[in-house]
Amino acid sequence: MQKKKSTFLLTVLCFGMAFLYIPMLMLIVYSFNYSKIVPVWGGFSTRWYTTLFESEEVWDALLLSINIAVVNATFATLLGTLAGLALVRFGRFRGRTLFGGMITAPLVMPEVITGLSLLMLFITMKEFIGWPDKRGFTTITIAHITFSMAYVAIIIQSRLTGMGQDYEEAALDLGAKPLRVLSDITFPLLAPGMVSGWLLAFTLSLDDLVIASFVTGPGANTLPMLIYSRVRLGLRPDINALATIIIVTVAVGVVIAGWLMFRQQKQKDREIQMAAAANK
Amino acid sequence: MAPLTKALDSGEGLGSYQQILVRVQHLLQAKWKTVLVVLPFFWLLLFFLAPFFIILKISVAEPLIASPPFSPLFEWTKDGAMTIRIIFDNYAYLWEDELYANTYISSLKISVISTLLCLLIGYPMAYAIVRASPTAKNILLLMVILPFWTSFLLRVYAWMGLLADQGLINDLLIWLGFIDSPVRLMYSHFAVYVGIVYTYVPFMILPLYANMEKLDLTLHEAAADLGAKPATTFLTVTLPMTWPGIAAGSLLVFIPATGEFIIPDLLGGGNVSMIGRVLFNEFHANHDWPVASAVAIALLILLVVPMMLYQRVQAKETEGS
Repeated sequence: MQKKKSTFLLTVLCFGMAFLYIPMLMLIVYSFNYSKIVPVWGGFSTRWYTTLFESEEVWDALLLSINIAVVNATFATLLGTLAGLALVRFGRFRGRTLFGGMITAPLVMPEVITGLSLLMLFITMKEFIGWPDKRGFTTITIAHITFSMAYVAIIIQSRLTGMGQDYEEAALDLGAKPLRVLSDITFPLLAPGMVSGWLLAFTLSLDDLVIASFVTGPGANTLPMLIYSRVRLGLRPDINALATIIIVTVAVGVVIAGWLMFRQQKQKDREIQMAAAANK
Repeated sequence: MAPLTKALDSGEGLGSYQQILVRVQHLLQAKWKTVLVVLPFFWLLLFFLAPFFIILKISVAEPLIASPPFSPLFEWTKDGAMTIRIIFDNYAYLWEDELYANTYISSLKISVISTLLCLLIGYPMAYAIVRASPTAKNILLLMVILPFWTSFLLRVYAWMGLLADQGLINDLLIWLGFIDSPVRLMYSHFAVYVGIVYTYVPFMILPLYANMEKLDLTLHEAAADLGAKPATTFLTVTLPMTWPGIAAGSLLVFIPATGEFIIPDLLGGGNVSMIGRVLFNEFHANHDWPVASAVAIALLILLVVPMMLYQRVQAKETEGS
């Protein structure tokens, strides 16, 4: 009985993971295809990588996307952390329900709505106060911060509930001022959450096509916008090459992060065991 | 300049400067919570809430060939009085034109079916991950999260290659002898379903996993020991306990899938009508901002109930832990 159950679960896992990973693997395989027609194999070649690296358009788009992603991640982490703190630690305050609603709503809001409404805001603002006079870097970054900070706030919220209030209460009992507790106890404990929030905000920004397409202006093409304009006309081997670079970079990053976390956990377990043994 | 130097020399000015500093510090000590909340609060009010009122306003304006291409909501007459013009023509247009109604219905149908498919694949996967050994669990979770960190657009693009006439799936089917010549898989409802399920299934697995991990798995061993059949155990023990996870995962798939633009555009082409694509085109190709705004508001109204449900599920989850 038990064994039959686990074979079923194993089969589910194998098929599920195959479903998730085969498309990405095929994307990588065909990036080394000599043939210009993507799905027809024409021998091994790295020529599409050369084509990709020689394209100035691609470099410009990548640079713009990374610039936006870095500024976005930094501001989103700052605002998202404050928002998370406010929701978990500050108790009741006026407008808390509205605030909580505005924090979770961007997580599920369809991108077309966010994009359209933000563009209309920017246009209206320009009409009344003359800013932003040009759409592009600034408007895309503002739009990205708005939805990224929601994700950061969720991470911070779960970290705050997870870590409890013991250390903070101890510091308060020992006479530390609330602001001091925040800077010396809460923020250092939140640091890992803030790092993952920053990384998530960074990738979300690097990935966004729909919202950026709405709020951008002439000349400002982010990397997803460039990819989209190329692939909507059909398969492109150079996009396969670009996809391979992105997937491999992310995979290496995630595996390293996962390994570090795993090692930290093991270290912690070992310390707890040693402490338990010493107490005996 | 002289009085200032004099004041500094005498120490008087420094005293008042310090006083100000102390007062600022006192204010910060007393009001620091407010100071910290104000920043994210106003950011969201300005860049998240205000835009909705603006599209609401534009959706009741009249389209004009001008810049911006709609009539102003507030107009001042010659004697200084303000008039407000609200025109429901755009909504009437949506209501009367069958194309829009059908598109809304088709979007809802596609996202409901996709959500069910995600649940069908995601539920056993989440369960299998929960039951795995601790090391395997970490690796499997990482594998579910990894696609989420890569590009959404490129994962949709990957299916353009697989579903193409000369793509892997057609090749495989021909090789297996099921078909003689390639069948059209791209630009169909099938392609859109595959695309949505593929990109959204991690959103189903992760909340389900988070919910199942907290469960007491010995409970259904107890049910089995007491003689319940596996199907009975599942229906009476497992399913009710995982309900919050099912609700959270389903809403996380259903809501964004309804307004999806990239997948119907790249995989569905002109053959699959979804509201996100209509909105995007109404705006970028037709430049009809008032109608695009009305389409957005109507979509928002359609999704407001599921969104509030998600909010409640989310709030309950945070309270529970």
